Amino acid sequence: MRRSAQVRAPGIGQAIAEYGPAVLLVALVFAAWEAATAVWKIQAWLLPAPSAIAKAAVDARGLLGPHLAQTVVETLVGFGAALAVGLLLALLIDLSATLRRALYPLLVISQTIPIIAVAPLLVIWFGYGLLPKVIVVGLVCFFPIVVGTADGLRSTDPDLIALLQSMGATRRQVFFKVRVPASLPGMFTGIKVAITYSVVGAIIGEWVGASRGLGVFMLRATNSFRTDWVFATIAVVSALSLALFLAVVGIERLALPWFYTKAREETWEEM
Amino acid sequence: MSSCPDAPCKLELTGITKWFKVDGVPLKALEDVRLHARAGEFVSIIGPSGCGKSTLFNIICGLLEPDEGQVLLDGQVASRRAGLVGYMPQKDLLLPWRSVLDNVILGPELRGEDLRESRREARELLPLFGLEGFADAYPAVLSGGMKQRAALLRTFLTHREVLLLDEPFGALDALTRMELQEWLLGVWERFRKTILFVTHDVDEAVFLSDRVYVLTPRPGRVRTVIPVPLPRPRARSIIASPEFAALRYQLLEALALR
Repeated sequence: MRRSAQVRAPGIGQAIAEYGPAVLLVALVFAAWEAATAVWKIQAWLLPAPSAIAKAAVDARGLLGPHLAQTVVETLVGFGAALAVGLLLALLIDLSATLRRALYPLLVISQTIPIIAVAPLLVIWFGYGLLPKVIVVGLVCFFPIVVGTADGLRSTDPDLIALLQSMGATRRQVFFKVRVPASLPGMFTGIKVAITYSVVGAIIGEWVGASRGLGVFMLRATNSFRTDWVFATIAVVSALSLALFLAVVGIERLALPWFYTKAREETWEEM
Repeated sequence: MSSCPDAPCKLELTGITKWFKVDGVPLKALEDVRLHARAGEFVSIIGPSGCGKSTLFNIICGLLEPDEGQVLLDGQVASRRAGLVGYMPQKDLLLPWRSVLDNVILGPELRGEDLRESRREARELLPLFGLEGFADAYPAVLSGGMKQRAALLRTFLTHREVLLLDEPFGALDALTRMELQEWLLGVWERFRKTILFVTHDVDEAVFLSDRVYVLTPRPGRVRTVIPVPLPRPRARSIIASPEFAALRYQLLEALALR
């Protein structure tokens, strides 16, 4: 009857089984790419070899640094704003059915607006500073957060709520002790989607008018046929997005240990 | 006005009637349900599915209001009943984000009582409820039987004198269920709570109860009350006795009446 309360920690063997195939595939693609550029002598401004891109990234690190810092600031401030606004909107939507009916269509419509068309207008209205980039990142990020959190709040098991009411709980107690914790997995799902988009949002914001940032650097590299720098920047953008995503996953694991606790089951294998 | 034969009567329902609207059509779920439970009594309610047992419990614990009739606790009309009786629903409904310990002290916590004292008391009771060593575990790692026992401990720790148990063992396998029935009797004899127990298992009703109320199909009415004068404490072997068989048959007959 007694079962272990321990959650199985993933071993190294499991990690290899989990990520090995993807790592192998990426390595193969890079090797083929490297070989192709050497065999067919493809010119560097058309398609640089991965090794050349790596070298360019190392050489340009002094240049890339300040641009990266700028983009990180824009991304984080924009994402923070999206989080605050997103949670607030989710709360409002949850609070009243009328507000839900009023706000939901507007939120969906806001996502149908092509950001690339709005971004230049934002520059006209707000100038070349931080604000227009923050707005672009915010526009890209807030929607998944609203939807994830609002759905999380709505999907709370009504029987749990009834149980607390039968115990004499107040509305406030029901909200904070049941509905908020129950909504957290949904909220984190929204945040994970949002953070993945956030860096690209900042890059778009920079393209239409900025003096610093990875988007600016990429644009300048393209215009001067430094294709190796373009690829190096793409790699940095990808790495940044991935790092932010992993940070969110890490925070989620720490914040919701219960969500990742599954009943330990013995695995029976044929021998 | 009390129909309770001899005092003290813990819980009494005086002709509860409840209507619902189903797709706009009025439907009578309960009709003139009268029942009572004396202090420390183990009373079961048995009936076919859809006889309104759960509606009745929702009325007793204050989630619903009856259209007619009243709920009396200790002879007093209890108009704001939420939190006055301990209610254990069919599902365990443990909060998955809380440890076992923090789940079982939910009742005192909602009333704003001292958490440290509540946790201390809960820890002392964990072994009796077969949860020793699982204070800090999340419900996800518990077996079905352990989850039900944790839910029951949560109900006990509301410190209410009347406990409503709605088919607490309904979802368990037969062996676990039998084990928990015996265990529940032990716990009940120790704490002397008044228990109102919903089941649709005839053996369970006879084995556990002092009296069994048989409800009719919709609308739910009390068809008959069957006293169970089997001696206590009861051991599992009692199910092999002729008295048990006779009561079981009597109950089945009452249920089969058309």
